[in-house]
Amino acid sequence: MNAPLYPSAFEPVEEIDLEHDSHDDGSTTTLGFWLYLMSDCLIFASLFATFGVLEHNYAGGPTGREIFDLPYVAVETLLLLVSSFTFGVAAYGMHHNRKNMVLGWLAVTFVLGLGFVGMEVREFAHLIADGTGPDRSAFLSSYFTLVGTHGLHVSAGLLWLAVMMHQTWHFGLDGTVRRRLTCLSMFWHFLDLVWVCVFTFVYLRGVL
Amino acid sequence: MFGKLTLDAVPWHEPIIMGTGVVVVLGGILVLSLITYFKKWGYLWSEWFTSVDHKKIGVMYFAFGFVMLLRGFADAIMMRTQQAIAANGHAGFLPPHHYDQIFTAHGVIMIFFVAMPFILGLMNAVVPLQIGARDVAFPFLNSLGFWLSVAGGILIMCSMWIGDFAAAGWVGYPPLTELGYSPTVGMDYYIWALQISGLGTTLAGVNFVATIMKMRAPSMKLMDMPVFTWTALVTNILIVAIFPILTATLAMLAADRYLGMHFFTNELGGNAMMYINLIWVWGHPEVYVLILPCFGVFSEVIATFSGKPLFGYKSMVYATCAIGLMAFLVWLHHFFTMGSGANVNAFFGIMTSIISIPTGVKLFNWLFTMYRGRVRYHTPTLWTIGFMVTFAVGGMSGVLLAVPGADFVLHNSLFLVAHFHNVIIGGVVFGCLAGMNFWFPKVFGFKLNEFWGKISFWCWFVGYWLAFTPLYILGLMGMTRRMNHYDVAAWHPYLIVALIGAAIIGMGIFTNIIQLAISVRDREKNRDVTGDPWNARSLEWGTSSPAPFYNFAHIPNITSLEQHWDDKENGRVGQVTEPYTDIHMPKNTSVGVIMSAFGFILSFALVWHMWAVALIGLVGIIGTFIARTYNRDVDYYVPAAEVERIEKEHLAALQLKVSNA
Repeated sequence: MNAPLYPSAFEPVEEIDLEHDSHDDGSTTTLGFWLYLMSDCLIFASLFATFGVLEHNYAGGPTGREIFDLPYVAVETLLLLVSSFTFGVAAYGMHHNRKNMVLGWLAVTFVLGLGFVGMEVREFAHLIADGTGPDRSAFLSSYFTLVGTHGLHVSAGLLWLAVMMHQTWHFGLDGTVRRRLTCLSMFWHFLDLVWVCVFTFVYLRGVL
Repeated sequence: MFGKLTLDAVPWHEPIIMGTGVVVVLGGILVLSLITYFKKWGYLWSEWFTSVDHKKIGVMYFAFGFVMLLRGFADAIMMRTQQAIAANGHAGFLPPHHYDQIFTAHGVIMIFFVAMPFILGLMNAVVPLQIGARDVAFPFLNSLGFWLSVAGGILIMCSMWIGDFAAAGWVGYPPLTELGYSPTVGMDYYIWALQISGLGTTLAGVNFVATIMKMRAPSMKLMDMPVFTWTALVTNILIVAIFPILTATLAMLAADRYLGMHFFTNELGGNAMMYINLIWVWGHPEVYVLILPCFGVFSEVIATFSGKPLFGYKSMVYATCAIGLMAFLVWLHHFFTMGSGANVNAFFGIMTSIISIPTGVKLFNWLFTMYRGRVRYHTPTLWTIGFMVTFAVGGMSGVLLAVPGADFVLHNSLFLVAHFHNVIIGGVVFGCLAGMNFWFPKVFGFKLNEFWGKISFWCWFVGYWLAFTPLYILGLMGMTRRMNHYDVAAWHPYLIVALIGAAIIGMGIFTNIIQLAISVRDREKNRDVTGDPWNARSLEWGTSSPAPFYNFAHIPNITSLEQHWDDKENGRVGQVTEPYTDIHMPKNTSVGVIMSAFGFILSFALVWHMWAVALIGLVGIIGTFIARTYNRDVDYYVPAAEVERIEKEHLAALQLKVSNA
């Protein structure tokens, strides 16, 4: 092969001008992230389908009606829905170039998300302590896995939020940070949407 | 700290495994010391391992696939030998548990670590060049995806000497794969190797869909894309749609095995058939993931070597899309015997038969392309014609199996084994080798040796038919798959013929290697200075061979479906009308290698229940990734003067060639 060029042979270009960045303008990243979200959506679809098949396999254990505390879950839901709104406010701040507004509302979003995860962990801990853990029946296996996978996603989202708050503070609202915040906001709203399905198909249908 | 791992995990008393181990270790030491002796570590690291150049990643995918092909073939020849010996009271040389691991490893390796790397390698090497792009949409993810696949491959290789491998068949049906029936770490190796490499494949899928949708030369419309790129697009959409299902399914199986859950167990409400449905919702489209790009290869090859435009381009595109769509409507034909009832079975049987229609459209298109063409019989042409003959038979036996009534008789028989090897060897392997012979000069700048290429083809072709025709017959005689030994004397002669066939396929692989070695030796003689050694038609042949690392000095202006042919007809080849400009390129990065190394640590630790080590692996992956997001120095500009120098070199060679002719 021809001797390829060492990238280090050239001076790095200091500023990345998104307007003339032919390699990866924001729209390619956004499309790529959409594709990732759709693939993630299919992970949830598989878990929902499995829940649909196994949801009545109680194996003599408790049913959803017996273990779900609807008001408690309603508060959880409220936390997550409100956190989507607060992220929307942060995104508004981003579009108006107001760094402190972005940081503030991302922090509110983080607290709400943390509250959601904390409530879910507490709910799981109670169930397991009562002997109704994921190993009790196929219904509980699919319930814990579906809800837990969502919770794991929210936790990953929290880590990402923390990193992005630091990057916003550190780098300012430059092109890269904006692109990443856009992806994170898509991720956050997507998790909200999945939760609406979880609330409807797992909790409401289980209790009503 | 070490979880379940003790020194007893190494199968010291198995002479075959330990013997192989010694050979692998000695070979490994030899290769490593040669690299050290020639001081090539720095070169390999900075030019290859950390490269984000799609062409180099494509080459590495191919090299990886080739190494794993040797392992997969070693499994195959051992199985054939066992079945050729273990008749009428003979036990053969492989004890049942070892034999079960071998047929499982053979399937897993051939699909995930041979066929997939070949397919991804071809797409990496060719797609950006065919659409006028300078790289893929996400070069770093490309590197990461490759190295994750390698981590999965290494994990599977480890299972040979540390512990054991799964012994439950390549799709791992529960409840056999549940902890109660597969208590060893073999199944855990299977799960984590597929999880980590599957993640890599998903990343590749996302990357290529984004690349094809967003990175095409602005003047290239979807219906201007070469057929190979079209098949790559559909294949990658399938990848994005199905690999998450595999991930979820294996995660649930892992939850059963690690957390005592009851998704697929016999107890407490588990439903094993749910796994089997899910795995085939992934698994059936997966075979189209493998075959569609090969259809693309054959389309490019047949048009080039017939000297004619591809017959029925649009019908080819629609047929590809139709196959992609219908791929999701046939999964149940893998288990008609589940007992879903006549109506469900009839639906999936009919859908399976219908999917042969777009495939038939393609076959006729290739035949009509050759019709009244001036066909040149180079190695890629032979692979293509061999494919058409072989695949047609495989397709027909598939339609036969699609009839639920017939399937009840043939389910899990050697007839089925013969069918899917017929389409996978005759379609995917032939396609990948055709593609390798076809695009090799584009990637390396010199052609592969034709003589050894043709010998290799004939070995594979004859070997395939000799190895698998007896299996069709044995299936009809009632022999089931995966038998360690048998006492039906009438089967024995057929299995000996099958062994001879497998040995001839082995010669095919061996001659492939000879072909590569001789071609490298004679590279100056076979050098391609024109960039277009086959008088070919699509855009990639307009670049130099090998293409410069930035692919195109100017983003091409698309005027035709067969851009390079059109350029040749209108005298535009080698004409530079615009000034050179700086080119924006991504910098190499080691983050993909490092993250995959942590990924390997994570998955190995999970196999052996070493929780602390697993935590290190997980934190390592996340930490490395976050650290990368703080690195703002990820790209650079190639100065216009440098581009001009490289381009002028190529143009001078082109002129010299023209004036000599």
